[in-house]
Formats: sequence, structure tokens, C-alpha cells
Amino acid sequence: FIIFLLFCGDEKRVDSRTIYVGHRPCPDTEAFIPSKFCDNRIVSSKYTVWNFLPKNLFEQFRRIANFYFLIIFLVQVIVDTPTSPVTSGLPLFFVITVTAIKQGYEDCLRHKADNEVNKYLVTVLEDGRSVKKESEKIKVGDVVEVVEDETFPCDLILLQSSREDGTCFVTTASLDGESNHKTHYTVPDTEKDLQALTATIECEQPQPDLYKFVGRMHIYKPEQEPAVRSLGPENLLLKGATLKNTKKIYGVAVYTGMETKMALNYQGKSQKRSAVEKSINAFLLVYLCILISKAVVCTTLKYVWQSKEGQDEPWYNQKTQKEKDTNMYLKMFTDFLSFMVLFNFIIPVSMYVTVEMQKFLGSFFITWDKDFFDPEIQEGALVNTSDLNEELGQVEYVFTDKTGTLTQNNMEFIECCIDGFQYKHRDTWSEVDGFTVTDGPVNKLQQKAQKNNIILFLRALCLCHTVQVKEAGSEEVLTDQVDGIDEMRPQLEEERGFIASSPDEIALVKGAMKYGFTFLGLESKSMKIKNRENNIEEYKLLHVLNFDPVRRRMSVIVQTKSGETLLFCKGADSSIFPRVKPEEVDRIRMHVERNATEGYRTLCVAFKQLSAEEYAVADTGLREARLALQDREEKLIAVYNQVETGMSLIGATAVEDRLQEEAAETMEALQGAGMKVWVLTGDKMETAKSTCYACRLFQRGTELLELTLRTLEDERLKREEKLRELLQEYHRKAVQDAPPVKAGVTRSWSTANQDYGFIIDGATLSIVMNPQHEVDASQYKSLFLQICQNCTAVLCCRMAPLQKAQIVKMVKTSKGSPITLSIGDGANDVSMILEAHVGIGIKGKEGRQAVRNSDYAIPKLKHLKKLLLAHGHLYYVRIAHLVQYFFYKNLCFILPQFLYQFFCGYSQQPLYDAAYLTMYNICFTSMPILAYSLLEQHISIEILLDNATLYREIANNAMLRWRPFLYWTLLGIFQGLLFFFGVRFLFSNPALQDNGQVFGNWSYGTIVFTVLVFTVTLKLALDTRHWTWINHFVIWGSLAFYVFFSFFWGGIIWPFLKQQRLYFVFANMLSSVSAWLVIIILIILSLLPEILLVVLRKPRGPHSRQVYLSLPFPFWILPFYHIHPILCYSP
Amino acid sequence: MFVALHSDLSSFGFFSIVYFIYEIEVHTVSLSFLSEDIRMKNEGEASEQPDNTAFTQQQLPAWQPILSAGIVIPGFLIIGLAFLGIGIGLFLTSQTIQVLEMDYTGVEKDSPCFQCTMQSVQNCTCEVTFSLSALFTGPVFFYYGLSNYFQNFRKYGVSKDYYQLTGDTQYFKSPRDVCFPYSHDSKNNPIVPCGAIANSMFNDTFELYQIINGTKKKVPLDGKGISWWTDFNIKYRNPSSVNGSFASAFDGTVKPINWPKAAYELDLTDPNNNGFLNQDFLVWMRRAALPQFRKLYRRITEGDYAGGLPAGNYSLTVHYNYPVLSFDGRKKLVFSNVSWMGGKNDFLGIAYLVVGSLCVVMSVVMLIVYAKFKFSDDDDA
Repeated sequence: FIIFLLFCGDEKRVDSRTIYVGHRPCPDTEAFIPSKFCDNRIVSSKYTVWNFLPKNLFEQFRRIANFYFLIIFLVQVIVDTPTSPVTSGLPLFFVITVTAIKQGYEDCLRHKADNEVNKYLVTVLEDGRSVKKESEKIKVGDVVEVVEDETFPCDLILLQSSREDGTCFVTTASLDGESNHKTHYTVPDTEKDLQALTATIECEQPQPDLYKFVGRMHIYKPEQEPAVRSLGPENLLLKGATLKNTKKIYGVAVYTGMETKMALNYQGKSQKRSAVEKSINAFLLVYLCILISKAVVCTTLKYVWQSKEGQDEPWYNQKTQKEKDTNMYLKMFTDFLSFMVLFNFIIPVSMYVTVEMQKFLGSFFITWDKDFFDPEIQEGALVNTSDLNEELGQVEYVFTDKTGTLTQNNMEFIECCIDGFQYKHRDTWSEVDGFTVTDGPVNKLQQKAQKNNIILFLRALCLCHTVQVKEAGSEEVLTDQVDGIDEMRPQLEEERGFIASSPDEIALVKGAMKYGFTFLGLESKSMKIKNRENNIEEYKLLHVLNFDPVRRRMSVIVQTKSGETLLFCKGADSSIFPRVKPEEVDRIRMHVERNATEGYRTLCVAFKQLSAEEYAVADTGLREARLALQDREEKLIAVYNQVETGMSLIGATAVEDRLQEEAAETMEALQGAGMKVWVLTGDKMETAKSTCYACRLFQRGTELLELTLRTLEDERLKREEKLRELLQEYHRKAVQDAPPVKAGVTRSWSTANQDYGFIIDGATLSIVMNPQHEVDASQYKSLFLQICQNCTAVLCCRMAPLQKAQIVKMVKTSKGSPITLSIGDGANDVSMILEAHVGIGIKGKEGRQAVRNSDYAIPKLKHLKKLLLAHGHLYYVRIAHLVQYFFYKNLCFILPQFLYQFFCGYSQQPLYDAAYLTMYNICFTSMPILAYSLLEQHISIEILLDNATLYREIANNAMLRWRPFLYWTLLGIFQGLLFFFGVRFLFSNPALQDNGQVFGNWSYGTIVFTVLVFTVTLKLALDTRHWTWINHFVIWGSLAFYVFFSFFWGGIIWPFLKQQRLYFVFANMLSSVSAWLVIIILIILSLLPEILLVVLRKPRGPHSRQVYLSLPFPFWILPFYHIHPILCYSP
Repeated sequence: MFVALHSDLSSFGFFSIVYFIYEIEVHTVSLSFLSEDIRMKNEGEASEQPDNTAFTQQQLPAWQPILSAGIVIPGFLIIGLAFLGIGIGLFLTSQTIQVLEMDYTGVEKDSPCFQCTMQSVQNCTCEVTFSLSALFTGPVFFYYGLSNYFQNFRKYGVSKDYYQLTGDTQYFKSPRDVCFPYSHDSKNNPIVPCGAIANSMFNDTFELYQIINGTKKKVPLDGKGISWWTDFNIKYRNPSSVNGSFASAFDGTVKPINWPKAAYELDLTDPNNNGFLNQDFLVWMRRAALPQFRKLYRRITEGDYAGGLPAGNYSLTVHYNYPVLSFDGRKKLVFSNVSWMGGKNDFLGIAYLVVGSLCVVMSVVMLIVYAKFKFSDDDDA
């Protein structure tokens, strides 16, 4: 926990708050001013009863489609007509109402959940009595009682613990994902009657960093100088953490409600918008411009045209008096609006509905996928937001949590190495002592290590730790208080539970237990172990030389029964090797290095026998240093370093943090797909690094660029200067010297180039983000980002939850705004899951917080591969095509109508019948594209999974960029022109039947419309690569339905219609040979360029089963590469 | 004006309703989805193994068509050749169709109808002569054509009362608003048939004579079957006679302002061609698509002229009533015969020829390209 103290050093003291413990005034202060702090209420809901209506309406009309509807509705309100505002406003009203009800209901649930937390009863000490209070009524300064396995209702300063040593144990699994027990300490000198305690606490204003807390406690005793005690994070119990292995504690509330560190780390779940939706909105704006310019052109031309004598009001079409009297400008304006209403179909309002349906229905394929089904938890994938399906195909950065996501958080002692002999534990051991030699030593003279050494090694494992034995009576199966869902934890052998701040230590102790040495516990400074012969050995624990990340080792000094004083030390190889004899090192180094590259966490164990004099020196040194008031840390470390010398190396251990199934394969696939993987973890650097190696994120040849507190330690330079120096050095290495990477192609993990891995820790990151001089901030950030972007993998360790989110945000907002994905399983990942474009929750062991806040939840990490490479890819292609197709089909739908205005005196005469205008998007052309967008597999799922590189084909929103959009738009314009003018030339002689009769305007429109429906549907048929029976059914069915409907619509005198303008128009059209011929040729001619493109794109025969990323063909120059990545591929 | 607009575009409202239905569907489903989520949370774990069907696993059997050169090149060739064939047929057919067009507006001083363009002249008649050097094969169709005449004005187009035209006498008394300003005359009598279309009915009439040795021989013009069969037989209906008199069905109404005679007097010679079921009226009521249009006036199918108009001189007497010069319009007469493809229209034939030859050319180009690359492909394989 020294690490916490290190953090405190950088703290700039801003405003502080003063808290009166138990609200008792203090003699020292002149006046007792109860300050106003916020109450302990947690609010995650979005609306209140009062602001619901305006806020919800505002949010809904921020949606461009609803806004557009509103505008059209207003157009009809402004122009005074008796009926139209109601008829068009009513549907809008209903849509808005239904959405509002739905959102209101959801918010209601959130209120309910909040209430559950806020109304939870807690015990508060008031005037000497214990009072039950609702959690939300806790005020800052209240003394709160918390019993075992309860979560803390707010941030508390620990005053009193039921444990003798003034400590308590806490798990912060729901906060930072570390499920181990952490020790917190009471404030010294408060261990007495809390009622008599008069004290004030002065501490910093709330801030989200979980590991930072600075404060001061003034304890007033009658007739004494007030005592001042400094407070650090080790005294602070965080809301959301759970009390463990301690009967009860008392603490004083310092931060409450929304000011607690947990609440500050919680970010509201804001609605995520996918990149596709942004593209849609951009395209929509383009089409809005087209719409407006069309209306402007028509209005202008109308008045130009009318200025000619006789055109404005020919005798056969006279105006009413009212029309004549209307102001010209008003008339122009209303004309403009009428044109708007006439052309408004160009904005595919139905697209939003179809897109939403596609997303909603499409997301079922994720939940249905049996590959995502995990038999262990009996659950499959869960889709919380279907809005982001296509974003899964666009991911550029993957931020992954380590514990529980990459690893199973399940430490296991794998092997050890004693005197250069490697021993692996086998469950079915045959040898007497349970050891199996699996690998020989460097020199082959000895067959086995000396028995003494083995016993010494095991003893060391049993003694050199800070593990505590879980007291009997308490259940080993822990309950996760955060979610109330049982956490399945493997039952420990022999009903023995261990508690330690590091899971490695438990693994080691358990490892020793397997070999017959059992740690029985620590009782009044004496450690008991049971050896192989079932004898109890007792050691007096003299000193513990705590672990710290700079020394990277810890030691214990014990005294045996026989009076020998022994020092056992374990630590990272780099910190042990210089302190032992070199010849010992050589025997072990090879094993250690091999284990490290295999992803095991290795520790070396050394020992030293202390003579009485040596011990006396060390003992005094340690005691003095402990009592020092100034520079206590430095002095302690100096003594430690002095004591831990001249040791002899006994052996090394290898502990495995088991990786999730197929973690490495998944990471490889993601990197192969061009994604950058960043590991963000709250865990220690060493641990995280070994995991990265195990996942093959770091390879043997990867050069690690480290930017941590350790590398910032420099004699000469201040921390920040060193940081700048390092940043620049790394930048030179990774960015400037690196060969230029081709744009758009991310370097693959397998390239021959030097790979760089980047490591940064939370404390350093906070310097990068908030340097002392504001000026440097942007420079540091950009340097940092550039380095990161050139590294194959980035590891960020010791991250607070909010820092994880900060990192995600920084990448998200960097140049090119890449699409980010966060994956995690614990509550500490929630903030980054919420921050990233796509948040994935793993249905892991650390509760369901992550799952609940995620957009998608999958049971295992390995499922991410299929989710992204197959589902994401397909969804993206589907929706991109859907969007482009919708714009295209509405453009060529409405363009003839626009052109017709030039031939009808700009009189807003619709070309098509109202039924056709309405049904076009709903019935005639909607189903094929919906089916396409649900079923299309331009490349089969197996191939997508096998070839991760295919994912890069659609990177950077390839199918929705401006170029493909332009292509589709031009295609729409081309076809629209063709439809209109083809029929226009046909109608230069409207006598199209063999009986000499002529066709009128509705025949004209119907011919154009028929060509349109067929062309647009067949165009989709051309694009379909994957024809299931559903595709056949809807494509041919839609066309058949169109024909059937047209006959039906024109075949009956409809009593509710005020005109029968389409009566027999369709049938008559079909009786004309010329009409047939013009329909056929126009369809063929419209599709000709498409067919040509398809053929020219793919000149190779159908035999080859390869995936083509580039085409060896001259037509490749054709500027349509991005439009049809699907066409570049022949299965 | 927005009333009219709205009736045309009522689809917008309709559309929103459908949109709304979709929206509700989406939201209700997501609501149930949400509650399912909650239930799942409450029960801890309750999910079952997903269905293992081809559909849910996206493994439906599918046909994956590949437009390979082997299909496309012959396909293009076949389409191209077929189109060329059709194109030649169309073009030749179109060439055989004879057309005789005459502008009789009378803009030029020396044109026969010039005097009729004066405002003062009433009941003007003029005579247009023409000669045929060869037989004009029958049946000959006699069209009148108007240009710069916008029958497709939106407000013009809706300015009719369909209920009146189906003989519903209720609407005789109070024509629909859309007919305004052609719904009532200055004395506020309802007009039947109301509206701008009916009011502006083309009322020039023609008589055709063949001049044989200086004498005029009347060419019989057949006015039957010039309108759509459905218009005549189903869509439009006359009001039923009152007390045996057809005219009295129109009591209390007045004729359209521009009409010389009432609807029930349109053709007094033939009761089956009178009222709203007058063929000329029906032809007029079917609005033309473009501002330059022609409408069928008569057919020449009877007597000596059933086989066509023989070579010779003809005289056409025009009862010139219809003013078009105020809006710079033109009137013309068209004699034409028709084929299976309708009237003369070169566009279609040419289009087929062009597209057909394009297809053939493309198939040849593709063949060359394909041959070149196929061999290299084979080398690879």
C-alpha cells in the first residue's frame, strides 16, 4: 500500500472540506458551521416528473427524422388548411408519444433501482445510540456502522474496527475489479469510545481517482494539544466496496451520494450513435439540400416562366379571385413549400423505420448464435443495444480489461525451480515426495537438488508472505454484494481459506501446501507451519519488509525455535539477481526467462541467515526508520536494501494466471483484422505484462517502451522532465524511425518490422493528461498518442476506472476519430464500456454490472472474434448497402417527378398516383432490401472467420464514404433521367395502342413507375450474393405484388376515392406493345452499367477459390473500388 | 390551393401512419425485450440454448450466383442480337407508318385560317386543302394536336367533379370546390359538368372532303371508339332521364361558360354519344401527359375510304372556335395510320438498335478481355 502513498505525493491541494465527526463542534474552532454537503442519494435516472416532457421532447426532436417530420407538419400548419395539419400531425404525435412512454417506463425502472439503493437501511451512531436510517439520509460527518459482507453506503474514514490490530479487509471488486482482500487501517489514536471522540477531518474535495485521498484529522482531547493525523487512501473505505473478514467497523462519512468516488466514476449511459447513423445524417443533409434546391429551382423557374405573356393564367385555367389577390411573395413562398411537400419523398423517412427494423431483427442473429452459447453458465450472447450492430464491423481499437477478461483471474502454482532443477507439480505423482523432475539442470552432475534445499524452498514459500488464514466459521463462498449474485469461487482445499492482498501469494502458499508444507496461520507474531511429517513448526515473525513496486520484492525475518534468525526474500528476478551470488543465478536464469516468455508470473526466492549482530543492526535500523517522522519511506527503503544483500538464491516459482480460452488466438485474429489492442487494467505492471506475453500481444521480439513511475525515477531530473525526455525518445524510436506505414493498412503482428509495445501506468498517465504547465498538455498527449498508434500493443496498468475511460476518450477523439471497442467484465470496466463506441460485457465472475451497462454481452472472450469478424462485418455490409440503396432508390423515384415539373408548367403536378407514391417505399421496394439486409452474406461466415484480413476491407466506413455515396447518387440520377426521358420520347406520339387511342398523363406516370420498381428491385437482385429462399420469395414476390396491386388498384371503381384517375390505366398500358418494349429496354439499359461493372470487376473464372484483395486487371482503375468490396471476392 | 395539393399528396399522411405502425411495432417489441431482460436478471440465469436451426444460425441453403464471363458474354450477345432484331422490326414498322401533319392555327397571313384568328369573327370557317400523291393506307386516324397547352396543370387536372360525371345528380346542385372558379356562373347557377377541363373542351370541328374533279365528296368520319372503352362503358355515366327527357336531368344547372351548347346537346343525332358519354368529351377528359399532345378526333373506316385515303386532293373544312394564340399555342391536324406498335415513333426502334449494338460490342470487348485473362488464369491454375 505504499503505492498509495506515492500517489499522494503529487496531489495539489485544492479546496478542502472540513468534516466534524459525529457533528460535534470542536473547541478549537470559533464557530461550528455545519457546512452543506450533498446528501447520500444516488441518481442514475434521466428524468424527473417535472422535466420529463420538455427534456424528452427535445431529445426526440433531436433525431433528424422526427425533426423533419415536424418541419413538414409545420409547413402544413403554417399554410392555413382545415385538415392537413391533423392528418399529418397525428401520426407524428403518436410516434412521439409511444417513444416517450417507452422511455418514461425505462426511466421509471431506473428510479426504482435508485430507490432500492437509497432506501437501504444502515446503522448510524447518533448521540450514543445506534439508529437505523435510510441510506440516502446519511450526512457527511455521520458515524456509520457496517457489518461484515455489507457494502459501504458512502465513502468512510475508518475509525474503529472489530479487529484487534485496527485493520479491516475490503474487496473492491465492484470498483476496480480487484477481487483480492485489501487491508485498510484505522486512524491511529481513535481506538476508544467514539462518543467521546471530538475531531475534525480536513480533506480534499471529491475527486474520482480511487487511489488518491489526502486528508488530515485533528483530534481534540480535553486539556491536550490537538493531535494531527494524516489520512491517506488506506484509511478511506469506498462506497461500493464490501467489508470482508471483519465483524464490524465504524467510520465517518466524508463523501456522500453523487460525490462518492464510485458515483464520480460512474458515467451516465448516454445514447450511442453509430458511425453509420452519422453517415446517414450527413447523407440526409445532402438530400435535404437537393430537396431544397429542387424546390428553389422549380419555384424560380415557375415565376420566370409565368412572366411570359399568357403563360401565367391561360383562359382555360383561370385563377380564383383570392389567388389573384394574394401577395406575390407569399405565393412564391407557398409554391416553394408545395414543391417541398411534392419532393419530400426524396428523403427516405421509411429508411429510419427499415434501418431500425433491420437492427432490431438483425440483432437476434447474435442472440441466436449457438457459437456464443456457453454451456458452463447456460447462457448465450445478450444484445442490449441493437443500434450498434454495424459498428462491430468498424472497430479500430480494442480496449480490453485484463482480469477476468483476458485471464480467468485464477492463479495457479505451475512449477518451481530449485537449484536449477525444474519441478512440475503433477496431480498423479508417483514419486514419494510428490516432485517430478521435468528438466535437468545446466550441469548434469547432480540428478536432483539436495533435499535440504527443497525443504528450505518450501519453508520459504510458507513463511515469506503476508497471507492470512481465513478464520473458521466464515463461509468460503463469498457473496458479491454489488449484484447479489453468487460468485462462484473454487472451494479451497482442506477448507482452508487464505486472504492476501495479492493472489500470487495465495497461489504460492497453496503451492507449498500441495508439497506438504501447510501454512497454519499467524498467531501473536508467530507463524505456524505444518511440515511433511505433520509436525508443527513455529517461527517467530520478527519483521516484514513490505513489498513495494520500486524494490519489487518483499522479505520476512523470522526466528526459528532453535534461535536462528532467517531472512526470506522473494521478488522479481531483476531485483533478486543482483543481490545473490552470480553462480547461483546462472543455474536459474534460464528457467525464469523461459517461464516469463510463456506468460507465467515468476518470482525468485532467496534466503539469508542472519547472525545475531547482523540482526541487531537490522532490527535497530528498521525500528528507527519506522519511527522516523521525516522521509520515513526513504529511510525504510534504505534499511531494506541494506538488509537484503548477500542472500543466496534457492529457487524460482512460476505461477500461471490462466488465460481465457483461446485468448491468444482471439487477440491474434483481432490484430490480423487490423485492430489495435490496448490492455487497460487496474492490476500491477508485472502481472499485466506477463499476461500480454501470454496472449501474444507482446512477442519475444517486441521492444517494450515503458513509461511508468519506475522509469520516471531519475536522480537528476524531476519527474515531469524525465517524462518529456522519455516521450521524445520513444517518439523518435517508434514514430520517426519507423518505416512509414501505408495509410489504411495497420501493421500486422507478423510483419518483419520491429514491433513496439508500450507500457504506461495510471500515475504517469495522469501526469501526461494533467501536466503542471497547461501548455505541455496537448504536446504530451499528441506525443503519447502517436507513440501508441505506432505500437502493436499498448498496456496501461494501474488504471482507475475513470482513467480507463479517459484513455478511451482520448483515442476516440483523436485524429480520424477511430471506432473504439471496450471489453470488460467487472464494474471497474463500466466507465470504459460506456465511453467506447461499442461496449462489450463479459458474463464473468465479477458480477453483472458490466453486462448491464454494455451494448453486447458475451459469455467468453473468444466469442469476440466471431462477433466482430463475422457478425460485425456482415452487419456493416448489410446496413451500408441498405442505406445507400435507400437513398438511391428514392432519388430515382423522385427525380422523374422533378423533371416532370418542367413539362407541366411548374404546377406541382405529381407524376405518380398517390397510391404509388405511398406504396413505393412501404410495399413495393421495402421487403427485398429488408430481406437483403438481414440475410446477405457476401462472403460466407466461415471464410470471414478464417481470413481476419477481410475485416480491413470495410475499415474506415468504406462503404459509406462520399465516393460510394456519389456513385450511388449518380446511379440514381442516371436511372431517373433514363426513366423520365425514355418515356418522354415515347410520348412524343401518345398514340401507343394499335387502335389509335392515346395515353394520358397517368399512363405516363405508370410506365415510369413500372420501370422504376422493376429496375430498383432487379438492381438489388444483382447485388445479392446470397440467395436464400426468402430472398427469392421477397424479390419476385414484390414484383408480382406490384403487378397484382396495379391491376387491382386500377381494376375497381373505389368508392372512397374522389377521382378514379388510375382506372384501367395499368391494364391499358399492358395492352400496348410499345409500352412493353419501352419498359424492357429502359430496365435493361438502366442495369447495363451495373452488370458491366460486376463482370469487369471480376474477370477471373469461377474456379478460383481465393480471396482477392487487389485485382490484376486494367479496369481496376475504375473508381468504384469501395462500392463493392463484395465484388472483389469470388468464393 | 393546399386543399388541392393535399388531396394529391394525401399519401404523405397515409405514409406517416404506416411509419407510425412500424414504429409502434419496433417499440413494443423492444419493450417486451426489455422486460425479458429484467426477468432474466431477476431469475439469475434462465436462458435456454438457442434454437439450432439453419435460419437462426444464418446457415440457410443459398444460391450464390456468379456473373461469370461464361454467362455474361453469351447473355450479352443474345440480348444484343434480340434487341437488334426488335429494333429493326420497330424501325421498319415505324417507317411504314404514314403521317400527315398540318398546322392550321393561322398565324401566318397567307395561311387559310388567318382570318379566323381575329377576335371579331364569330362562327368562323376556313378551309385547309392538301393533296395525297399516294394511297394513305387505312384505317386512317384523324387526330387534332395542340401545343403549348398544359392539360397537365395540377389545378386544371383536379378541376372536375367525378361524382357529377358518374351521373350523380346530387352533385349537379352543388359541384365540388375543386371546380372553382368553374363551378358556378355569374348568377351562381351550378355548372354541369363543372371544372376547368370540361369548360375548356376542344370545340373545333372538321369535315373532310375529297375533291374529285372539282366536286367535294364527303369523307365519312367515324366518331365511335375513339375514347377508352372503360371510360365510355364504366367510368363515366350519364344521369338517368327524368320523365323520359334526358335534358331535364340537367334542370337547374347551366352549361359550362365556354360551351356553345349544354352537355345534353353535344350530339343530338346519337343518344348514345350524348351527355358525358360523348366520345369527344371523353377524349378531352383524359388529360394529356405533355404540353404538346394530340388527341384522336375521328377514324376513317367507312365506305370507299375503309382501305385508306386514295391519292388526290382533299379539302378540310374547319369550324374554327378554339382560341390558342392568347397563350401562344398551336393547333394542328394529323392524319396517321397505326401499326401494332401504335402511331409513328422512331425513338423506340432507334433505342433498341443502339442498345442492341451496344450489347453486341460489349460482348465482343469482353470476349477479347476475357480470353486474354483467362489464359493467364489457366497458367496460374
